[in-house]
Amino acid sequence: MRTIIQFSARETLPEPAAVLHRQNLPEGAAPSPRVRELLHSAFDLYAALAAPQGIWEEIKATDFARVYQGEGRNAIESPLAEIFPSADSLALFAATTGDAASTRPGELFQQGELALGVMLDAVVSEAADRLAGLLADCYSGMLISTGRASEDTRVLPYAPGYCGWDMSGQAQLFAYLRPEEIGITLNNSFLMRPLKSVSGVLIAGPAGIHCFRPAYSFCVECKERECLERMAFALRRKHSRHQREV
Amino acid sequence: MEILRAIAESLERGDHEQVRRLTRQALAGGTPAAEILHEALLAGMNVASDRFRRHEIFLPDVLLAARALYAGLEVVKPLLGQENVSTLGKVVLGTVQGDLHDIGKNLVGVMLTGAGFAVVDLGHDVSSERFVDAALAENASVIGMSALLTTTMPRMREVVHLLEQRGLRGRIKTIVGGAPVSAEFARAIGADAYGYDAANAVLRVRALLGIRGSG
Repeated sequence: MRTIIQFSARETLPEPAAVLHRQNLPEGAAPSPRVRELLHSAFDLYAALAAPQGIWEEIKATDFARVYQGEGRNAIESPLAEIFPSADSLALFAATTGDAASTRPGELFQQGELALGVMLDAVVSEAADRLAGLLADCYSGMLISTGRASEDTRVLPYAPGYCGWDMSGQAQLFAYLRPEEIGITLNNSFLMRPLKSVSGVLIAGPAGIHCFRPAYSFCVECKERECLERMAFALRRKHSRHQREV
Repeated sequence: MEILRAIAESLERGDHEQVRRLTRQALAGGTPAAEILHEALLAGMNVASDRFRRHEIFLPDVLLAARALYAGLEVVKPLLGQENVSTLGKVVLGTVQGDLHDIGKNLVGVMLTGAGFAVVDLGHDVSSERFVDAALAENASVIGMSALLTTTMPRMREVVHLLEQRGLRGRIKTIVGGAPVSAEFARAIGADAYGYDAANAVLRVRALLGIRGSG
């Protein structure tokens, strides 16, 4: 099954706290009135510029094994390599906030609107991350409506460039998914255009399959540790992160 | 001088229109451009940077101050050449080849400019050869490299090797930064410094060039 979904900019608007946190404002810090004003301007700009859309297509585990293998540059051991064979179902996905929203932050910066440029960049980056969650919800909704998901089913996105899945995996992913249909292209360095795009695989299965001990070789260098948050999220989550009707 | 303090305070508040207006007023009143630059614009930016380092204000506040700095610089810059004003040093900056993310690198450029350095921004997707060639052509003392992707980090090592091959390691220092980059990685590839954020990068560049004081 292949599905293309267009979202409204409003649906993908991130939480203000997440946008500020991306700019290193500590949790609970009170932004100055000028910063609050900037935040509102950035949200308004995003709402005017964004054209968010996404695509997902189901893939068999055996086919995904080939996509995952990519150009053979993955870490020898990785969580995804252990997780996907246990999945109930999988879907490749890609999503973008659109070209205008991706390029505007850089243009603002070049024009000397430094603070607004960085604020908008943070808004668009957060929105792109949120898109991956929205697509996971859509996929989850489809699985529920077709009787293919149980109470315990959790859908989480995994992306090349993280946790041992090398960026070069993008080539195989793009060859299979063909997200050019929604305007996302890949360059020779495996970077997506528009820049504020996300891609990867949605993995559906019991919450437990998403849990692992972060003690892989690449975990030593990792500063993000988002996996811990994701695992906690999978364990406590019901079906939908964003409560979106599908 | 009262007007210089007013410019510095407006800059700290991020009021770029007021900075532009007061800078013009100071020039019209006979204050030399170099004095406005050092005693008002850079002094105000230094206060903002210090407050940022102490976590009293945050990145967006610093960027508002930087915009105000640029508003003042626009006014005094045409006159600075005539007064033969020197900078603290020249830094060539860029995001390494294969990487298109440049907001972090841009922030470093803003902070370095605000601290009194001349910055040559090569943009993103910069080849290793271009970093070294530009540093030579610009007679820069430091090459600053940024990467957001783990896959592009090895390009930083290439630049360090290239400097070695050309016998330039002593003359041109290197500093690296970006989300996946760490102090350990910087040491491993032989970079001279690692900046964990834009404000820290300024401190590291000052240290590399033997410039005393926090700036």
